Amino acid sequence: MTATYKNDFLKEVEANVEDGQWVKMCMQCGVCAGSCPLGPHWQHSPQKIFMMIRAGKREEVLTSDSMWMCTSCYNCIVRCPRKLPITHIMHGLANYAHRLGLAPKGQPTREIAKLFWDNIVKTGRVNELKFSLAMYFKDGFGQGVKNAMAMQGIGLGLMKAKRLNPMEMLGGHTCKDKGGIHKMIAKAREIEDRRKGLSGH
Amino acid sequence: MTAPIATNQTILVVGGGISGMTAALEAAECGKQVLLVEKTPTLGGRTAQLYRYFPKMCHPTCGMEINLKRIRGNPNLRTMTMTQVVAVSGSRGDYKVTLKVSPRYVNENCTACGKCGEAVSAEVADAYNYGLSKVRAAYLPHVMAYPQRYVIDASIVGTPEGEKAKAACPVNAVDLDMKEETIEINVGAVVWATGWRPFDANKIQPYGYDRIANVITSVEFERLADPHGPTGGKLLRPSDGNPAKNVAFIQCAGSRDENYLRHCSRICCMASLKQTQYVREAWGDAGKSTIYYIDIRAIDRFEDFYANVWKDSTVSFVKSKVARIAENEANGNPVLHGVDTEGYHRYATEHDLVVLAVGMEPEVTGVKLPADIVMDSSNFIEGSKDGGMFGAGAASSPLDVNRAVQSATAASLKAIQVIHKNASTEAA
Repeated sequence: MTATYKNDFLKEVEANVEDGQWVKMCMQCGVCAGSCPLGPHWQHSPQKIFMMIRAGKREEVLTSDSMWMCTSCYNCIVRCPRKLPITHIMHGLANYAHRLGLAPKGQPTREIAKLFWDNIVKTGRVNELKFSLAMYFKDGFGQGVKNAMAMQGIGLGLMKAKRLNPMEMLGGHTCKDKGGIHKMIAKAREIEDRRKGLSGH
Repeated sequence: MTAPIATNQTILVVGGGISGMTAALEAAECGKQVLLVEKTPTLGGRTAQLYRYFPKMCHPTCGMEINLKRIRGNPNLRTMTMTQVVAVSGSRGDYKVTLKVSPRYVNENCTACGKCGEAVSAEVADAYNYGLSKVRAAYLPHVMAYPQRYVIDASIVGTPEGEKAKAACPVNAVDLDMKEETIEINVGAVVWATGWRPFDANKIQPYGYDRIANVITSVEFERLADPHGPTGGKLLRPSDGNPAKNVAFIQCAGSRDENYLRHCSRICCMASLKQTQYVREAWGDAGKSTIYYIDIRAIDRFEDFYANVWKDSTVSFVKSKVARIAENEANGNPVLHGVDTEGYHRYATEHDLVVLAVGMEPEVTGVKLPADIVMDSSNFIEGSKDGGMFGAGAASSPLDVNRAVQSATAASLKAIQVIHKNASTEAA
């Protein structure tokens, strides 16, 4: 019996993932995998992810934590002989997996990205004090206290240098038109959802 | 020097490598008047710098010998070395061409006795060995050089070294007063057989060609294997002169890469497969060759050659484009880093020597050609819009010697048609 080649998942990626139409251009040379500074720490290199997409391994790709390991150093884009925008595809895949609710739970990069997003959309400005505390306490209260104590010296130093304001705890600085920012973000989300054929969430 | 006589019945062939010699000879042997101009001091081009040809593994000297014999015996063919085309005007059937002739400082009295070379002590980089060795500043380009005439390097003209060469010459051949000349000629058709050059490996930053002594190019490896090369044919690595027994070949070094050369250079897979056999020839079963590749492109009948190399126990293949090369500073060994495609294994592998299978870049890249010339996106010459100028050989496409000869013969036929049309128009 011959196995039929199914490219359903490749088509799905092309339609829904930012720069996903580039995936089929990969010639499997391996330069991205070998050039990635975090390469040894990923489960799946970009080269392997691209092949898995073509092989229809939907579940394995979307639940992989590999895309979340990308630090956007852009070495892979610079070196790719076919000029694939690999960094962008990695972020596109991460974003798509997140939207589908398939992204790995508790993956640290993803958790931090979520905390950062929730922090910045509230007022249109990053509240660094609240963001730091949210990071310290993401693994529970006990760990949070430990983290905060460990970072105490740096925190005091930042305060002395006027780089950190303890008053930020009481709401903090905002942009001029907070409501306007919220409307813009809602509109952008609506446009993106429409473009990606998704609704809500 | 007597200016060559050329008319609109003459075919100008630009470039005296294997393609140019072939195009010129085919037309001349059909009875056409041909002028063959070559930029360097000798005919033969890059083919003469190879140790062996694939697939028959014969030496280029015998093919050169046959072609030179044909050239010597044909009164329709004139050759000019150290000559470059600087401008072309006019149109199909009637071109005005400006040639620049650089001084050789040696006239036709030269018998290639070599006394001038013995007399001087100044040295210059030996272009025949891609600069891997030095040669006296009065030199014969290589043993098969045509014309068999010495060259005095311009750097010693006007110095006591130049005078030494002149004094040593028993036949009054050294003429240090030679000047650059500009010549205008009229021709009917032009064949551009300007050939190729190895892609500049310094541009491939992650491979460290510029900073790791034991990373060399495929054309340099040809010179190492050749008895006329810098090591007398021994495979010794540049850093310490130790035997290079464990040799890595990196394919697509520059080729198939949007950052460097867009095209597949076609010859490099076969060149590396061939060069694994140099390693075997030198060290027998103690030699070891590893080819790192994306795909092996041993086109059409060369598949047999590939299959035979595959069976060779001293040769192994790693399906991976190497990501970067580091150097083991303790022993000078290059260390290859990458991830293979058959299992996605991460490797860091040491070799004695790394040979970059560098791509073919048209020699005219960066050179201003007549406006009428059409080139593809990689600067290979397709021909002229008016149909009177033609690309031939590796100037027209990345080709091996065999296919370059076919291409040159085809270009020659097209040029002959232009001349024929000229002749019939004038007769009518």
